[in-house]
Amino acid sequence: MSAAAAFYQRNRDRHPPALTPAYKTSVARSPRLARISLDQSVAEMTGPTFGHDDIGPLDNDLIRNYAQDGDPIGERIIVHGRVLNENARPVPNTLVEIWQANAGGRYRHKKDTYLAPIDPNFGGCGRTITDADGAYAFRTVKPGAYPWRNMVNDWRPAHIHVSVFGTAFCQRLITQLYFEGDPLIARCPIVQTIPDPDGIDALTARLDMNATIPLDTIAYRFDIVLRGRRATMFENRP
Amino acid sequence: MTQPFDYLRETPSQTAGPYVHIGLAPGAAGFDIYDRELGWDIAGPNAKGTRIRIEGLVIDGTGSPIKDVMLEAWQANAAGHYAHPEGGGPVEEGFRGWGRVITDFETGAWGFDTIKPGSVRDGSGKVHAPHISLWIVARGINLGLNTRLYFDDEADANAADPVLGMIEWERRRPTLIARRTESDGKPVYRFDIRIQGEDETVFFDI
Ligand SMILES: [Fe+3]
Repeated sequence: MSAAAAFYQRNRDRHPPALTPAYKTSVARSPRLARISLDQSVAEMTGPTFGHDDIGPLDNDLIRNYAQDGDPIGERIIVHGRVLNENARPVPNTLVEIWQANAGGRYRHKKDTYLAPIDPNFGGCGRTITDADGAYAFRTVKPGAYPWRNMVNDWRPAHIHVSVFGTAFCQRLITQLYFEGDPLIARCPIVQTIPDPDGIDALTARLDMNATIPLDTIAYRFDIVLRGRRATMFENRP
Repeated sequence: MTQPFDYLRETPSQTAGPYVHIGLAPGAAGFDIYDRELGWDIAGPNAKGTRIRIEGLVIDGTGSPIKDVMLEAWQANAAGHYAHPEGGGPVEEGFRGWGRVITDFETGAWGFDTIKPGSVRDGSGKVHAPHISLWIVARGINLGLNTRLYFDDEADANAADPVLGMIEWERRRPTLIARRTESDGKPVYRFDIRIQGEDETVFFDI
């Protein structure tokens, strides 16, 4: 049996370090010892697969997937893009899941006690599977900014949490997307855990006028890049 | 001038935050939205092998359990095959080998039922002792942490495992080994993960 092609080493400079004291919760939740590098084996180069049987037809429509007696309050938006790998190839048939606050900045979660009201017509989670081109799309409302306990007056910029799988467990990624032009991005200790301004830029969804639905829904574009994989043309292992 | 390579750069990670359950386990967040939540049944009804339970805590640098953590588990079946086209061989109908594990919000205790995985023969011929790969995310964790759970009743296989063997500091190896106990005649393995401090769990760059 020949060795499978490994994934490229993760570029740790691209990601926030574990310890980021301005984001206080990281202080006690960051390992202090160096991670141990492991040769990728089948456990790391495989991962769960998902099919259309796993999800429902409305799962990517947050305007409808929890509506009780009308549409949720808020700015109607489409968030769409592609999932690619570092080789710029599409990642088809992969699960993309999102969660977010409502337009007032309140989560539907029993632990969220922010004073903005729950929206009876908004759940705040969605999921979809990318198509053959790696493309995905959600319809939702733009989430509101909300305050959080870090410094006494910290506010999260409007954001959507995004979870993606890829084809291998070593590609697993959770991130957050922000919206172009939001002045809170520069002030947010969680955003600023990312060391490189280009990385923050990569998390900033762009207004996409060509994808808007006139008189109906505005659109933002957000592409996601997962780790890429070596070609198998030269084996460098016994 | 040199030509830039045509590679993209990976999307940076951000913490999963305190409300990860809304997206990935909405039932635990307290609402019912999907017909079918993913990741609750790791092994499925047809999987061969020993039915086991894994239980533990994720403990922070102050010694406190983390109550808003989410773990994902990825494992082979009893024959050592993963449910994936490159997984080494067939798996039983309904065996996914992947699960999501949520803590009790009051205590931080977590647990899941599965089957004990078999040894895995790697593409390069190395044999890995039975293990479960874990990925840990939570508020305050900026990039998901990767670790592995091994079993203390597999001493011979563990001694030959290439990953455990590569950990230079022998006294850190036990942080990856779950301890077998029994409850109602069923094997329950205890596995506490220490994010920081004395006996910090080994985490991997994978
Ligand atoms: Fe959030």
